[in-house]
Amino acid sequence: MNLTQLSIADLQSGFRSGTFTPVDLIRALEEHIVAVEPVVGAFLERDFESALEAATTADVSLPLGGIPIGIKDVINVNGQPCTCASKILESYRAPYDATVIKRLRDAGAIPYGRLNMDEFAMGSSTENSSRQITRNPWDPTRIPGGSSGGSAAAVAACEVPASLGSDTGGSIRQPAALCGCVGLKPSYGRVSRYGLVAFASSLDQIGPFARNTRDCASLLNVIAGRDARDSTSLALPTEDFAARLGRQDLRGIRLGLPKEYFVDGMDPRVRQTVETAIKRCEELGAEIVELSLPHTEFAVSVYYIIATAEASANLSRFDGVRYGRRAENPKDLLDLYERSRAEGFGSEVKRRIILGTYVLSSGYYDAYYLRAQKVRTLIRRDFQEAFEKVDALICPTSPDLAFAIGERTDDPLKMYLADIFTIAANLAGICGISIPCGFVEEGGKKLPVGLQFLGKALDETRLLEIADAYEAAEPWAGQFAPV
Amino acid sequence: MSAPILDVQAVARLARLALTEEEITTFGEQLGRVLDHIELLNRVDISGVEPTAHACPVYNVVREDVVVAGLERKAVLDLAPRTANHLVTLPKVIE
Repeated sequence: MNLTQLSIADLQSGFRSGTFTPVDLIRALEEHIVAVEPVVGAFLERDFESALEAATTADVSLPLGGIPIGIKDVINVNGQPCTCASKILESYRAPYDATVIKRLRDAGAIPYGRLNMDEFAMGSSTENSSRQITRNPWDPTRIPGGSSGGSAAAVAACEVPASLGSDTGGSIRQPAALCGCVGLKPSYGRVSRYGLVAFASSLDQIGPFARNTRDCASLLNVIAGRDARDSTSLALPTEDFAARLGRQDLRGIRLGLPKEYFVDGMDPRVRQTVETAIKRCEELGAEIVELSLPHTEFAVSVYYIIATAEASANLSRFDGVRYGRRAENPKDLLDLYERSRAEGFGSEVKRRIILGTYVLSSGYYDAYYLRAQKVRTLIRRDFQEAFEKVDALICPTSPDLAFAIGERTDDPLKMYLADIFTIAANLAGICGISIPCGFVEEGGKKLPVGLQFLGKALDETRLLEIADAYEAAEPWAGQFAPV
Repeated sequence: MSAPILDVQAVARLARLALTEEEITTFGEQLGRVLDHIELLNRVDISGVEPTAHACPVYNVVREDVVVAGLERKAVLDLAPRTANHLVTLPKVIE
């Protein structure tokens, strides 16, 4: 039995029946990780000995007892590095656990390793990491997507059964699509951001990666909930997000097809694969409703004003004073600030800080930031009106397949425009999931394609119900990356 | 229509970032293209539209005014690049 390929549900079953133990799992994963990491490069750090020790004392009766969960290097885990793949935090070790980590531990899970990402979650390919390249397990000459590329690749390569990432403009859903696994962005406020290094505070959410929808639901059940330490987290009645899983059809479900999400610029093979998936949903009984999200074309612009503005404020704390990298021999305080930050931040981070500072600056605030916030209201309204007519939206996750490493690094605008299908969900605060829906062959390799469902804010149970039903009919997730 | 020219050097000073000449030029070009694209927002009719700062707004989120433990001082000071006498040290701020 190949323990590395099992789902969380199957692992729990094995643990509880005594067929194998958490220690067996950690050992099997380690053997596999050692074999594939030279190609995949998902992990920045990994403490096998601690994980083994935790596995020895794991309580398998708990909801995630003995299950190792990979952690994106942007979430604080007590005593471990949290570098956000940035030079400016090379020396930083977290003095506390993020709330999601505390919840994982209380549920018996083992937070495991630090997973690679674009620096400070800024990017769509993980190429902006200051540390290393992560490669797509389906084709190592290609990117895994970003910014949670390490989290997606580690799950796709069966190095961990599941992982946590963060999604600000698509950073969970897009890498899930490109790596052929399942990635969920919860509604804004569903999961506490305490302990998540902030990129854009009104857009960020932590969410799970797994190889099937049920495992994502299990993880959401553990990490979701009001947290007194994050006043943007919502006080809601306890909900079992897995409650509606297991249906075999989509009868009675209305799925909205936003016409603006099937654009000319997208890869025609991706389009065809997604259209086949939509037809499948129709065969399963779903009613497909064509509709319009008229402000779609403005979403990328709105995002790159709001997210960079919020980032410029959030990253001002990295000043070389209390933690992280400090420049040598500063001649005065200003020099300390300017050089610590110049030495510590990579180009994409600097670019976004500059843009964000500019759009907030005196004389430009109304023209850019305030205007963007008003268009954001219109984008949110588009979704609210759509969800009066349908239960969920169905669309592609990414307009392209995973591209070659190095192919787009010279063109930031082109990179930004590829976020077109994921970005609006963060602006509106709604939930979204990407699940595998097929493959396209290129260069002798099979490259995954992601299907995205977008749900009304706080409607994760319904979203997961729909995704799970499609997955049961089309188990693409049952194929494993050939790494 | 083209966007106003972004004075990268002036903005970098606001952001406390020391940039090289090359970065100033390159970022200027790259961000110039981004700002040109963003110009399309001027086509939107925003009259009477309220701004959204918070996607799922909640208001007046308070907690009981009770003292709870913070981080341990040693753990925090261990993170600082330079310390002396349980304090984080810096170059002189006031002349």
